[in-house]
Amino acid sequence: MSTAGSPLLAGLEQRAQLAAPPGLGRQVLSAPLAGLEQRAQLAAPPGQWDFVGYFRSHTSDVMSLLGQHVWLAVIPVVLGLIIALPVGYVARRFSWTYPPLVSIAGLLYTIPSIALFVLAPGILGTQILDPVNVLFPLTIYTVALLVRVVADGLASVPTDVLQSATAMGYGSFARLIRVELPIAVPVISTGLRVAAVSNVGLVTVATAIGTAQLGQLFSTGLQMSSFRSYYAPIVLGIVLCLLLALVLDGAIVVGTRLLTPWRRVVRPS
Amino acid sequence: MIRFDHVTKRFPDGTVAVDDLSLEAASGKITVLVGPSGCGKTTSLRMINRMIEPSAGTIWLDDRDTAGFSASDLRRGMGYVIQHAGLFPHRTIVDNVATVPLLLGTSKAQARSRAMELLERVGLDASVAKRYPAQLSGGQQQRVGVARALAADPPVMLMDEPFSAVDPVVRAQLQDEFLRLQHDLGKTIVLVTHDIDEAVKLGDRIAVLRTGGHLAQFAAPTELLTRPADDFVAGFVGRDRGYRALGFEAAGDLDPQREPTVVVGSDRAAAASVALDSWVLVVTEHDEPMGWLAIVPGATGQVEPTLLNRGGTRVSVSGSFRDALDAALSSPSGRGVVIDEDSRLVGTVTAGEVVRRIEAQLGDRRATAQIAAVG
Repeated sequence: MSTAGSPLLAGLEQRAQLAAPPGLGRQVLSAPLAGLEQRAQLAAPPGQWDFVGYFRSHTSDVMSLLGQHVWLAVIPVVLGLIIALPVGYVARRFSWTYPPLVSIAGLLYTIPSIALFVLAPGILGTQILDPVNVLFPLTIYTVALLVRVVADGLASVPTDVLQSATAMGYGSFARLIRVELPIAVPVISTGLRVAAVSNVGLVTVATAIGTAQLGQLFSTGLQMSSFRSYYAPIVLGIVLCLLLALVLDGAIVVGTRLLTPWRRVVRPS
Repeated sequence: MIRFDHVTKRFPDGTVAVDDLSLEAASGKITVLVGPSGCGKTTSLRMINRMIEPSAGTIWLDDRDTAGFSASDLRRGMGYVIQHAGLFPHRTIVDNVATVPLLLGTSKAQARSRAMELLERVGLDASVAKRYPAQLSGGQQQRVGVARALAADPPVMLMDEPFSAVDPVVRAQLQDEFLRLQHDLGKTIVLVTHDIDEAVKLGDRIAVLRTGGHLAQFAAPTELLTRPADDFVAGFVGRDRGYRALGFEAAGDLDPQREPTVVVGSDRAAAASVALDSWVLVVTEHDEPMGWLAIVPGATGQVEPTLLNRGGTRVSVSGSFRDALDAALSSPSGRGVVIDEDSRLVGTVTAGEVVRRIEAQLGDRRATAQIAAVG
């Protein structure tokens, strides 16, 4: 997986150069003013927005980028949740830890993602193109989002429910697993949706460190659009990111509904 | 039997919630802890199942120190019912009720069939079993709470304001059913309430606690009403306590007088002819009292149910002096209607006669008490 980024990236760059009509590029570069006029005339060559056509002609490459993107977006959500659960529990259980933990989590989120992507190899000792360099920052952002959500979700469990669970003889761990977490699912799932969707966007920033994912369509698009007005890869990248975000969001919504049949019941009038 | 032996609870902030409490909740009886907020009644209750640990003193469960149990084992052996039921919103009703048996290792099928029995026992239809708590009314949820507490058939039940969150009509209904259930089950129950009327209605013995966790009086309801230990208890027990105490005095043989009656639907002129005064008692054809008819001279037609004054309450032959006096005082004719176990008319009794009998009975008791005091 660690070497998957570079050849693909190189391939795309090459293809972008090959795809540009050779004459046009030279003209624009050599005579900028004339080029502007010409560009205005050539402003709408057929297919400049044709992301479907671009997808058809690059299907396997794009699908491979999409596959990478899915993993890079999803794994941090899972890892982040696993880390945020105990931290959020501590923030809830020992109320004095709530303000510092939630503040620290909030601060983590303000670290610019590109900085973390670039620093990750230095911090983790990983190779430059190791996908861990992407997973690590995104996991941090997920934890940053979820600590508060987990703590608030656990706090949403009514006191009398906690009391009766204790009074019936649940130990504190069993109570957490069997009573508190199931009831906190709706609140936690709201946070998960935000984390998943924002990760889909953040993953594209990893283009800066050469990791293969849908963001590469933007850098390809950037190069291609500097030869002529050709935006299909960029539009395709946006569309696929949106679709992926919708699918992940929908999956969490469906999962939540399956886990919480009790929330869909009709209340007595 | 649950025995508090010089139990004190001091919280970390220095507040003393319970101060040197000693009392014994008898086996198979309902012991009520009552008092104003901040009197430590809930703290005392929670110390029994160690949801709160005492700072000093010992709580005995029969002859075992509760501190010697594991907290979970102790709790699984005690049913617990709280104000808003505290049902698990994410579990169906039947699974809520099955909680403790499942924790104790009963098989799922057995725990569920036991849960179904209990739902029926607390007066819930089997159709609620598959629903979630949010689909039930407050009163139904409270019944489920009681069923859940009874599920593992614990000898002890702890109840914290179990009927406070429902409206007065449902509350009275739940209280009556609870007493019936307890009559069958004979659990050792400790119940906390702030409502002295509930305490008097439900308690075999009542512990009145005052702010700061002191036991002010521990007595049977009648004694609490007739002989409050001090001004605090007297004030807390409230007004009308002389009258309310009559509720615990069986009226015995009231010697009801024969009352002339007419059957509903008779001729009004006929009703006037049998009346002792300006009122006549109207009964059904099965001799069940319906209400009083005012005699209007010269009135014709039939005795219609709509003509009746239904203001009077009735007293059963096994009723209390309070019921008897109320029946007489609420009756438009001044004669209280006495009925038998099948709701048939026995006769009537006047307030004067009831008071004369109260005087006689209490007079005897005063004399006895005086002899005891002097002796």
